[in-house]
Amino acid sequence: MAEPAPDVLQHSEDRKFTLKSGKKRWRPQWSAGMALIPAMTITIVCFYGFIIWTFVISLTRSRLLPVYKFTGFEQYIRLFANERWWTAMQNLAIHGFLFIGGCVVFGYFLAILIDRGVKAEGMFRTLFMLPLSMSFIVTGVIWQWVMNPGLGLQEAVRALGWTGFEFNWIVRPDRSIYTLAIAGIWQQVGLCMALFLAGLRNIDPNIWKASRVDGIPVWRVYLHIITPMMRTVFFTVFILMSAIVMKAFDLVVALTGGGPGFSSDLPARFVVDHILNRQELGLGAAGAFVLLCTVIAVISPYIYFELKKERGGRGH
Amino acid sequence: MNGVELRNVTKAYAGITVMENINLEIADGDFLVLLGPSGCGKSTLLNMIAGLEPVTGGAIDINGRDVTALEPDERDIAMVFQSYALYPTMSVRKNIGFGLKMAGMPKPEIEERVNEVAELLQITPLLDRKPSQLSGGQQQRVAIGRALVREPAVFLFDEPLSNLDAKLRADMRIELKRLHERLGRTIVYVTHDQIEAMTLATKVVVLDRGSIQQADTPENVYRRPANRFVASFVGAPTMNFVDGTLVRDGDQVFFDTGNGKLPLVDVPAEASDLVGRPMTLGARPEHLMFDDAGISARVVLAEPTGPDQYVRLAVAGAEMTARSGPEQAFKSGSDIGVVIDGARMSLFDVQNGKALLHG
Amino acid sequence: MRYNRWALYGLLCLAAIMIMAPVFIMISTSLKSMDEIRNGSIFTLPADPSFAAWSKAWFGDCTQTLGEKCGGLSSSFMTSVQIVIPALFLSVGLGAVTGYSLAVWKMKGANVMFAALLVGMFIPPQVTLYPLIIMIRELGIFGSIPGLILVHVIWGVAFTTMMFRNFFKTVPQDLLKAARIDGAGFWRLFWHVMLPLSLPILGVAMILQFTYIWNDFLLGLTFGGRSGQPMTVALNNLVGSQFGEKEYNVDMAATMLTALPTLAVYLLSGRLFVRGIAAGAVKG
Repeated sequence: MAEPAPDVLQHSEDRKFTLKSGKKRWRPQWSAGMALIPAMTITIVCFYGFIIWTFVISLTRSRLLPVYKFTGFEQYIRLFANERWWTAMQNLAIHGFLFIGGCVVFGYFLAILIDRGVKAEGMFRTLFMLPLSMSFIVTGVIWQWVMNPGLGLQEAVRALGWTGFEFNWIVRPDRSIYTLAIAGIWQQVGLCMALFLAGLRNIDPNIWKASRVDGIPVWRVYLHIITPMMRTVFFTVFILMSAIVMKAFDLVVALTGGGPGFSSDLPARFVVDHILNRQELGLGAAGAFVLLCTVIAVISPYIYFELKKERGGRGH
Repeated sequence: MNGVELRNVTKAYAGITVMENINLEIADGDFLVLLGPSGCGKSTLLNMIAGLEPVTGGAIDINGRDVTALEPDERDIAMVFQSYALYPTMSVRKNIGFGLKMAGMPKPEIEERVNEVAELLQITPLLDRKPSQLSGGQQQRVAIGRALVREPAVFLFDEPLSNLDAKLRADMRIELKRLHERLGRTIVYVTHDQIEAMTLATKVVVLDRGSIQQADTPENVYRRPANRFVASFVGAPTMNFVDGTLVRDGDQVFFDTGNGKLPLVDVPAEASDLVGRPMTLGARPEHLMFDDAGISARVVLAEPTGPDQYVRLAVAGAEMTARSGPEQAFKSGSDIGVVIDGARMSLFDVQNGKALLHG
Repeated sequence: MRYNRWALYGLLCLAAIMIMAPVFIMISTSLKSMDEIRNGSIFTLPADPSFAAWSKAWFGDCTQTLGEKCGGLSSSFMTSVQIVIPALFLSVGLGAVTGYSLAVWKMKGANVMFAALLVGMFIPPQVTLYPLIIMIRELGIFGSIPGLILVHVIWGVAFTTMMFRNFFKTVPQDLLKAARIDGAGFWRLFWHVMLPLSLPILGVAMILQFTYIWNDFLLGLTFGGRSGQPMTVALNNLVGSQFGEKEYNVDMAATMLTALPTLAVYLLSGRLFVRGIAAGAVKG
């Protein structure tokens, strides 16, 4: 039986809906480029442009308002001679070490516990990550209250019987910096746990099967096998937590106010204080720039690494 | 002319020329298959016809219009992808009608056309489903429907069946062939599967590393391959190749491999010009015949496939595969006599692989 | 090796208690009277829980403050809402379009642009604070809600772009090709195909941005001025102000009020929050 001539799809006579005129048309690539303009303007102007501007201000003698009289690196010299700055930088190191260390250790530990497989995992995860939803100010106020020597934890524990219990760190100049780490870890440990948990879940389950066949005790598997495999996650966590440490401002304001005195001050607060309150624009700018350099030193390996991974993954 | 024409098309990436001087004429209503191994440039060529890749040099005409500078939706084409590329958040109906909607066609007309195409492809009950709710074969039909509904001058297919399992692939092949016969549209089809090429095409273009090796009907590509590459790419199991020279012994012609003389029967007269010249003999498994008067070959092993057997032989210092019916029993290690059908063999130049003679 | 399931649960519960304890203390303190607080410990539960402190925190105490305003958190709550909602939509919208353009349209230098943008996520805001102040002042919106909105958009665009760009990178190229053949240009492809596809990421970005902007303090402090004071700034003022004796129950109630919106969003968002953190923080 001979198939009849094409009997369907014969609308083609009026082709005006499938043929466009060959006139020069707006190419979508141009829209794509234009769509990038706002974000790129922000990046160039508000990030890089302003960084340069801040650097320029740091080279001037500005006090309340920018005064473009250049004095070379005088502000930096003043900065490095400033005792409060040194305290702040030291505190940054101490706080950074404690905060990152604590978050990593506790976060990893909690992640391992959950990874072992527990019912109500969702509930535990929700609880551990709850503090993340709170502002640093809220965290600071809560912990300021808890660490209140007269009415907070110290008093409560003493009321329970341990009359010698002391926890007045928040008012002691030599201990106040540690309180920041306590509050900070409380807030951020959930994030670390979530990241570690994601990493643990990415581990090939066959590794566990193989280790069971080989009869290796669980804790050893974690120590010698799993943890080295989690290198990337540790790296990511470290970088993220470092970024949080460098920016720490709100927490200091709410928890200790930088005090007593300046004993728990951090560079970010030093900068803001000098720029906004103390009419030391040039000095503040210098501090800001040094802070930036510290951040770059820590973060750039991460960005380089990330982009390299992506490029490598595409087989270039 | 109607159909597609490529004139001196060149393609270069970052200064490196990957394709040069591609000239191709695709007649209206042809089913043209671009065939070749991965990396040969067939997909690049298809993308250039579609307008998804810019042409570095040369021109492309579709139905007499120079489309080289036009955007894909201005070229009057439609494309079906290996991964189907259906819009995941839209229903089948919306998927098929999307291109028409973009072109500004009024809704009732879109409705009408979509229903027509769904009817044709027997996917009407699926119209309100989402792609994730469809099987691979159904998704492929929707993808074809999306192309059909635009009624383009040329249909482009980019390895559309590669993601389907073998049985489905065979079924879809038949459907595509039927569709082509029914609609009579021009199709340009890319595949690495030579069975698809052989069964579907009215014209096959074999590509290797950016250049056209042969553009011809499927029969000619099979029977008279232009060079060794085409001969080895098309046909499964592959053609047997062996180096040597033609020699005459009285009125018998042999192919001397240096380790033995393969007897050839029914050799065409033109072959006498090539006697004594070093060449490569190409003989497909079906061109090897069993004859007690032939050269002695040792059976290495026999692979039964059901309807045939493929017999691996060691003969004249080379290993060759012969084809046989299922009844004959072949024992490994036994000897059997073999001759080669000189009326069907091919001879190739040793250096450049070009065909010198076909039986 | 069979180890103790009880120890596992025990440790987790202990950790959970330690994490939740400060929150419970905060709530319980806010429900007590000042007498109770002075005479009891933070561990004792309120004997006669009352929301009086909450009411005072929200509506303010007209007997204690000078001037017409009674000084409760209610006005700063409205301010925060007026800041967050526009800033949220603008920063997420801009991030979506930018991320889409970078990921899908393969422009020259897209990777460089993205890297440059990414760096912005790590810059401490203090570094560009003063020039930003100058710019906002020049635009005449310093010390007002629109100014604060603009600042939040500027600071948010790096993060939102990153989330969307990383997501759109996972969309198969063939989809873009099919759309081009169908005649969809840049905006239509975005609206009809890409945006619907990105709804989960959109949700995550909105949740995280909401949390981030609502919880912000530094920008609100600097750019808000008197009329644009968000709740976090008002909270800090309230807690830091010393009119007579510090009313801890009011402080705690105020803290709780400030924390409630983001807490609610967190609890209601379920897995999205977690996914977002993991996706945004890890490469994604």
